[in-house]
Amino acid sequence: MSKLIEFTLTEALEGLEKGEFTARELTQTHLDAIGAAAPLNAFITDTSERALSMADASDERRKKGEAGLIEGAPIAVKDLFCTVGARTAAASNILGEFDPPYESTITANLWKEGGVMIGKVNMDEFAMGSSNEHSRYGPVVSPWRRDGKNDKLVPGGSSGGSAAAVSADLCLGAPGTDTGGSIRQPAAFTGIVGVKPTYGLCSRFGVVAFASSLDHPGPLAKTVEDSAILLRSMAGHDKNDSTSLDVEIPDYAAAVGRSVKGLKVGVPAEYQVDGMPDEIRDLWNQGVEWLKEAGAECVDVSLPHTKYALPAYYIVAPAEASSNLARYDGMRYGARVEKDGLVPTYEATRGEGFGAEVQRRVLIGTYVLSAGYYDAYYLKAQKVRQRILQDFRDTFENVDVLLTPATPSAAFGFGERDADPIQMYLNDIFTVTANLAGVPAISVPAGLDNQGLPLGLQLIAPALGEETMFAAAGALEKAANFSAKPKRWWESA
Amino acid sequence: MSVTKDEVRHIAHLARLRVSEDRLDTLASELNGILDWIEQLDEVDVEGVEAMTTAVESSLPMREDKVTAAGDRDAVLKNAPKSEEGFFVVPKAVE
Amino acid sequence: MSEPRYLIPGATGDWEVVLGLEVHAQVLSTAKLFSGASTDFGAQPNSQVALLDAGLPGTLPVINRKCVEQAIRTGLGLKAQINEWSRFDRKNYFYPDLPLGYQISQFAHPIVGEGEIDVEVEEGEWIKVGIERLHLEQDAGKSIHDLDPASTYVDLNRAGVALMEIVSKPHMRSPAAAAAFVRTLREILRSLGTCGGDMEKGQMRADVNVSVCKPGQYEKFRETDDFSHLGTRCELKNLNSMRFIQQAIEYEARRQIEIIEDGGKVDQETRLFDTVKGETRSMRSKEEAHDYRYFPDPDLLPLVLDPAWIKEIQESLPELPNEKRERFEKDYGLSAYDAAVLTSDTDRGRYYEAVVETGADPKLAANWVNNELYGRLNKEDVDIADSPVSAAQIGGVIKLITDGTISSKAAKDVFEILWEKGGDPAEIVEREGLKQVSDTGELEAIVDKIIAENPEQAEQVKEKPKAMGWFVGQVMKASGGKANPQAVNEILRKKLGL
Ligand SMILES: [Mg+2]
Ligand SMILES: [Zn+2]
Repeated sequence: MSKLIEFTLTEALEGLEKGEFTARELTQTHLDAIGAAAPLNAFITDTSERALSMADASDERRKKGEAGLIEGAPIAVKDLFCTVGARTAAASNILGEFDPPYESTITANLWKEGGVMIGKVNMDEFAMGSSNEHSRYGPVVSPWRRDGKNDKLVPGGSSGGSAAAVSADLCLGAPGTDTGGSIRQPAAFTGIVGVKPTYGLCSRFGVVAFASSLDHPGPLAKTVEDSAILLRSMAGHDKNDSTSLDVEIPDYAAAVGRSVKGLKVGVPAEYQVDGMPDEIRDLWNQGVEWLKEAGAECVDVSLPHTKYALPAYYIVAPAEASSNLARYDGMRYGARVEKDGLVPTYEATRGEGFGAEVQRRVLIGTYVLSAGYYDAYYLKAQKVRQRILQDFRDTFENVDVLLTPATPSAAFGFGERDADPIQMYLNDIFTVTANLAGVPAISVPAGLDNQGLPLGLQLIAPALGEETMFAAAGALEKAANFSAKPKRWWESA
Repeated sequence: MSVTKDEVRHIAHLARLRVSEDRLDTLASELNGILDWIEQLDEVDVEGVEAMTTAVESSLPMREDKVTAAGDRDAVLKNAPKSEEGFFVVPKAVE
Repeated sequence: MSEPRYLIPGATGDWEVVLGLEVHAQVLSTAKLFSGASTDFGAQPNSQVALLDAGLPGTLPVINRKCVEQAIRTGLGLKAQINEWSRFDRKNYFYPDLPLGYQISQFAHPIVGEGEIDVEVEEGEWIKVGIERLHLEQDAGKSIHDLDPASTYVDLNRAGVALMEIVSKPHMRSPAAAAAFVRTLREILRSLGTCGGDMEKGQMRADVNVSVCKPGQYEKFRETDDFSHLGTRCELKNLNSMRFIQQAIEYEARRQIEIIEDGGKVDQETRLFDTVKGETRSMRSKEEAHDYRYFPDPDLLPLVLDPAWIKEIQESLPELPNEKRERFEKDYGLSAYDAAVLTSDTDRGRYYEAVVETGADPKLAANWVNNELYGRLNKEDVDIADSPVSAAQIGGVIKLITDGTISSKAAKDVFEILWEKGGDPAEIVEREGLKQVSDTGELEAIVDKIIAENPEQAEQVKEKPKAMGWFVGQVMKASGGKANPQAVNEILRKKLGL
């Protein structure tokens, strides 16, 4: 394999600028690598022709001195983002071969900054899942394996295809979406960086909705600096999204490498959960030490409502999803299962078009909103959510960022968590709080467990505190010096 | 609160999901498992707490009263499973 | 304000009807409520549809400021509370003309709260009707069931157009009152410029809640605000004409009375009016009862209004029909009846004032607009906006009457010519020789001649002055109908010594 694919985004941009290689060469190399990575099942829609023509156009722009922030960089797009002329199906059968006549704001922004669409990648159906086992295209296989073992592991989810693609050097970055942890958890599982920005910083226009008030587009990347560059390329006010924030987007990459001397880091007691593996606790303690060594001050803090975040999430997210997914009825687009009469057609279309996990969440969501249960479930959950937000606000009065583990475990094998939905839901226990409160968070690869699998640490900052977050993440990355890579077993498979 | 098989059937109908009879029991027990777990929220004191529906604190932005969508019928109909003479065609819907 | 009484005789005595209305009024705007698609209804199906209106994945709503302004304007016109904080909720249900699978509406927190309007049910009989609320919501698309035996055809041109749902309190007690409420509301909206008000085009549709009760119960309800004093109500959906509103209520009230008198119970339900059979029928069976699962739309933020904006709209409010009626009575000295008729329709009032502005006598102008002009417009089924005779022309005719140039009879001839061919009234009079003779010398000569030719009648008239009419007739005949009757009377009286 060519050395080209091993570059980070920052390195590749440098090489392009110096004329060491062209965007076309870079793109072709990545396309070749994708071709050799079929066993991962990460890429599900081939857009190689378009990638090459975008690369050529990029080379032209660079020649003319019109290079954007990510000029010529191959980017893999989650199947949740609408892309003109490339099937967008949210990994669901119900969307059929849906061909969007419009582009999501996030991908449009990336292309405007010179990004090259290298292909569309797999995910959990409608972004519902933490293992990428629920997809019409079949599961994504993690590039990582336990030391000396051959059993397949999950890459995490729902942005599992994006994480696998970045981790296996099949692209230089990937926009994902994070509703309860869907960027940060797969990033942690695959040894890469995942960012969930402040709610409203990245537009949701053209992103197939899961739970509107919790959905956050954000980048998956090889390094903290790469993620900062990608976030800057994606973010910005969008008049097509009423919840989009009208704020200036700073140069996040400039914050990476900034000193953390005097930074106050909170270590929340409530993230110390029962049954947490020692390795994760040790890594977390190690993270505290690293930040202290870099000059930060670490203090114990308490966010008392943390344990209620996940159950509140499992009311709010399915409730919004049950309504957001009502439009998939086979009437105006998508795969219709025609039966005798309207209602039977609706029921067959949705019964066959949605997978089991989606159906489960639609049922839960319908139930918690239905007559007589709204107050007990939905309203209650939204009040608990306010409590969780208040915890963050109170805590951020005293500290600049919070340091927590990213996930309660390393990646697991197929089917290992599938028997009990709640066991699967617990994957998001550390990530979901930030979605409920809308505050930014980042997962940084920090070490390997005793089986050689990546583990991540999470930093959470107050709303619009991305620069502080990137500074702390940069310090953590530097200290951890995480350099492990998956063995490229798939190339010989 | 415990969801019965009949309730699952009713919810599935409300959500327009065809669920076969033999799956109702499994679904009921799965839903009950999740709802039991959710019940821990009862421990939280939410007296006087305002429900939080969004993380954005500003008010609704408004756009000008201008036609900005081209009214591109082909774009609207291009993914339709069935269309005729510019209409979406769906199974007979009679009230 | 008197309360018109509407009693329905039943086997167990008299019954009363209690009515509350929900009127859906299409907001006058260029683009839809949450999308940039046009509100013009092109003949081409699905040609005014934005991606959002078709419910495509990932599309999002952004509210149209004009629609919000129109709702505020209407609220102010209804003398209602404007809520500075309101919110949009989703009303979830499945139907092919509802592309999102939910309607974006305002359930828990409407933009406009309570208000009140005065409604004239019959001439001089006024009632006050409370307004419960007004909220903004999206219209649905159109389902066409009769193009194909097995399929429904869906056109989404209407989908997403802004509607104001205006909900009254149950303060109407006769079919006529319900129709008068809709008429009054329509005039208010039209004069505010917030809704076209054309029911035939579906710009206004009414749902009527009908219940029946025994005399005295309604008064108890008003005292206590306790709905248990009233009967179970049924909602009659989508009535699109005044006539249907009244017919449907009459039928439904009798149906409910029969059920109760037969010992049955009225089921609370939604019913449709079959305009062919003149009957109402149940729309959905009970087990299909809807559970709309309302919740705040997470794609939108709360709608927070700037009080300065509300004030600005308040200050730009035009005169409303009731205010105009009072002004017409006071300023133009019109009867209550004439003023009410002239202000019953914005265009009619505007036309009338244009006539008065030409300097025409206001009372004569009222007669001419209400009788001559509208008589003809109604006969020919022409809208006042398309009247072939302009306000300036009518004003010209009236001026010719008041300055004695033409008789009122000749004026009608002038009007006839204006209607058919147009032209300038004064020129028409000149050309057609319709000028009346007011020249005393000329008239005296004719009078002298007729008295001289009819000495016997001239004697008789001194004993029976009423017989002077015969002489007037003779003079008019001799003048070819052009004599000024007033002048003729005067001269005759003098010459006959009366
Ligand atoms: Mg209604
Ligand atoms: Zn309505």
